[in-house]
Amino acid sequence: MSPMLQGAITIVIGVGGCIGYFYFANLILDKVIFPARGNDAGRNINRANAVRPWLFLFPAIFALGLYLVYPVVGSFIRSLYNRAGNEFIGFGNYANLIADETFRTAFFNNFLWVLVVPAMATFLGLLVAQLTDRLSWGNIAKSLIFMPMAISFVGASLIWKFVYANDPDIGIINAIRASMGMDSVDPMQIPFWNNFFLMVILIWIQTGFAMVILSAALRGIPEETVEAAIIDGANPFQVFFKIKVPQIMGTIVVVWTTITILVLKVFDIVYTMTGGNFGTEILPSYMMSFMFRDDGRATAVAFVIMLVVLPVMIWNIVQARKEMR
Amino acid sequence: MDNIAGTKSSLTWAVNISVVVLVVLWLIPTIGLLVSSFRDRDQISVSAWWQAPLPVEQAYRLRAEGDIIRSGDLWVIEGNVFSASEMAEAFPEGTDHPPISAFGTTGRDPGAYAAGEEVPNRDGGTLVINEDGSYVFTTNEDPSERPPRLYVMAETPPEFTTANYDTVLGGDGMGQAFINTLTVTIPATVIPILIAAFAAYALAWMDFPGRGLLIAAVVGLLVVPLQLALVPLLSLHQQIGIGQSFVGIWLAHTGFGLPLAIYLLRNYMVGLPRDIIESAKVDGATDFQIFTKIILPLSFPALASFAIFQFLWTWNDLLVAKVFLPSSDESWVMTVRIADDLLGSRGGDWGILAAAAFVSIAVPLLVFFSMQRYLVRGLLAGSVK
Repeated sequence: MSPMLQGAITIVIGVGGCIGYFYFANLILDKVIFPARGNDAGRNINRANAVRPWLFLFPAIFALGLYLVYPVVGSFIRSLYNRAGNEFIGFGNYANLIADETFRTAFFNNFLWVLVVPAMATFLGLLVAQLTDRLSWGNIAKSLIFMPMAISFVGASLIWKFVYANDPDIGIINAIRASMGMDSVDPMQIPFWNNFFLMVILIWIQTGFAMVILSAALRGIPEETVEAAIIDGANPFQVFFKIKVPQIMGTIVVVWTTITILVLKVFDIVYTMTGGNFGTEILPSYMMSFMFRDDGRATAVAFVIMLVVLPVMIWNIVQARKEMR
Repeated sequence: MDNIAGTKSSLTWAVNISVVVLVVLWLIPTIGLLVSSFRDRDQISVSAWWQAPLPVEQAYRLRAEGDIIRSGDLWVIEGNVFSASEMAEAFPEGTDHPPISAFGTTGRDPGAYAAGEEVPNRDGGTLVINEDGSYVFTTNEDPSERPPRLYVMAETPPEFTTANYDTVLGGDGMGQAFINTLTVTIPATVIPILIAAFAAYALAWMDFPGRGLLIAAVVGLLVVPLQLALVPLLSLHQQIGIGQSFVGIWLAHTGFGLPLAIYLLRNYMVGLPRDIIESAKVDGATDFQIFTKIILPLSFPALASFAIFQFLWTWNDLLVAKVFLPSSDESWVMTVRIADDLLGSRGGDWGILAAAAFVSIAVPLLVFFSMQRYLVRGLLAGSVK
C-alpha cells in the first residue's frame, strides 16, 4: 500500500475515530450508564458531569503519558543498562560520559550556546521590534526578518553554507576576504570560533520569534508612561531603557527561556554543518552519534539534557500556576 | 504618534537606515540560495551569485573541426570556434557572439594566451585564435582522424535555467522525498488537533478535581526534550509491531505536538466569553453540543495557528524522521534526503544543493506568508500571558 493512501486512510480513521469516540462515549455515558431519568435523574446528571471531563481528557492523557511521561522514566531506566540492554551497570554510562572528552566538549559548547543564542536573539529581536515600531513599512520589515522561522534547520544550514563556503565564488565571507587580499579560510574549521559561526544560524532563525513577541509587548505598554517620560525630558534612549524595557521584562524572560529550551533540542544545525567535527559537538548531536549504536549511552545523554532543562521546566510550572490564581 | 515631541527627524533617518541594513543582512543568505538554484552549473563555479546578472568569463573546450588544407609538410586547419558544435548551446547560430578574450592548448590553463597571439601547440605546429573566433592551427600530423582540442575563454551572457530543479526532483529523489514529507505532515497535523481540542475544552471550561495539576503537567511537558523519547518509544514501537514506519511517525508527532496544542487551545478557549457558554447551558445544551457547536467554531483562529505550528514543525523536522521512519531511502523525507544524502554525494554541487533546499523550504514559506496572521497570533497566545 502506498504511503499516500495509507496517510489518507489514517486521517479518516484518526479523525473519524476521535469524533466517534467522543460522540459515542458521551452518548453511552448519558443514556446507558447514568441515564437522566427514573428516580435518581438528578444524581445521575451530576455523576455524568463528574465523569465527562475525564472522557474528554482521556485520549490526550493517554497520548501524553505514553509519548512524553513514560519516556522520561523509560529513558532513565534504559540509561542504567549496558549497550545491549541486558546487564544492569548502575551509573556506568554516566561515568563513561564524564570520562569522555567529546562529552565534556559537547557540554561546554552547549553551555556557550545557551549563553549566547538566547541573549543575542532576544537582544536583536528587541532591537528590531523597537526600531520597526513606528515605521511606515515596519510590518514588511518584520515579516522579512520573521521569515527564517518557517525554514527548517537543515534548510537554514544549507543557506548558510552559501555564506561560509570556502570558495570565494560561493561564500560571501571569503569573497569579502578575497577582495581585501586575504586568503580563504573555512569558518567551520577555526577552533572555538566555529561554534559561534554555527550559533549565528540559530540566532538568524530565532530573532524573528523574539521580535514578534516583544513587538506585541511593546505595543501593550501604556502610552501615558512614555508620554510622561518624554514630557519630563527623557531622550529616546532613556525612554527605551528606563521606561519600556522594565515594563516588558516579564515577556523578555519568557522569550529568553523559550529560546533556551529550543537551543537544548536542536541538533540539526551542527549535524548538517560539521557533523560534530572540529570541536563543535553539542549534547543533542552527541546523543545522535550514539543513537542506533549504543542505546544505553544515548539515553544517558538524553537524561543529562533533561536535567539541564529541569530548572526551566519547574520555573515554567511555577509561573503558570501563579497566573491561574 | 508620528509627530510626538521628542521624535527627531535625524533619529527617524537613523532608524530607517538601520532597519534597511538589518533586513538586507537577514535576506542576503536566502537570496543567495534562490539565485544560485537557478544558475547554470558552469557559471556557479566561475562567478559568485551576486555577480549572476553580469556576463561570465567562461572557458570552453572544443575540437578544431574546420577545413583541413595540406600546405607543404604541414596540415593547416582553419575555422571559427563559434561554428563548433560544442559552442552551439551557449552561442546559438545567428546571434551576436562576444569576442574571444583568451585561448589555450591545455585544459589546465584554458586562458593561457591573449587572443591574436601565435603560439606553439603540442603537435609541433602553431595555433592562433583571433578575437572574432577565427583560428589557424598547423600540425605535422594528419588531424582528420582526431581533430585537436582547443580551449577558449569568452564572456558568456548570464544564463538562468531550471535544470537544477529537474535534476533534483527527478534523479536525486527529492520528488519522492517531497511526497514522503507531505505524507508525514498532513496526518501528523490533523490528528492532534481534535484530541487536543477536547482536552483543552475540559481544562478550560469544566470543573473537576485535579484540573490545576493537569494544566501544570501540560506546561511542564511543553519543555520535555524530545531526545528522551527516542529510544524508549522506538523499542515500544518495535515491540507492538509498528516498528519504523509512517504509522510510527504519525503517532510520535501526535504525542509530541499535544502539549503545545492543549496549551495554546486552552489559553484561547479560556478567553471566550462566559455568557455564551452559560446561556447555552441554561438552554439545555450538553457539554458535547457546547463544544462542537460553540467552542470549536469560535476557536478557529487558535486551531489555525496550532495547525500552522504543527505543520511547520513536522515539515521541517529531521530528528523524529531519522529515528521513527525506516532508514531505506524510499521513505526518506526531504530534510533527511538533504542532510544524509545530498550533502555527501552532491557536496560541491552548489546549484543542486540550492535547488534541493529551495524545494524543501518553498511550501513552508508559502504557508508562512499566506497565514502569517495566525502564526503570530498563536505565538502570542503561547507566550505572552
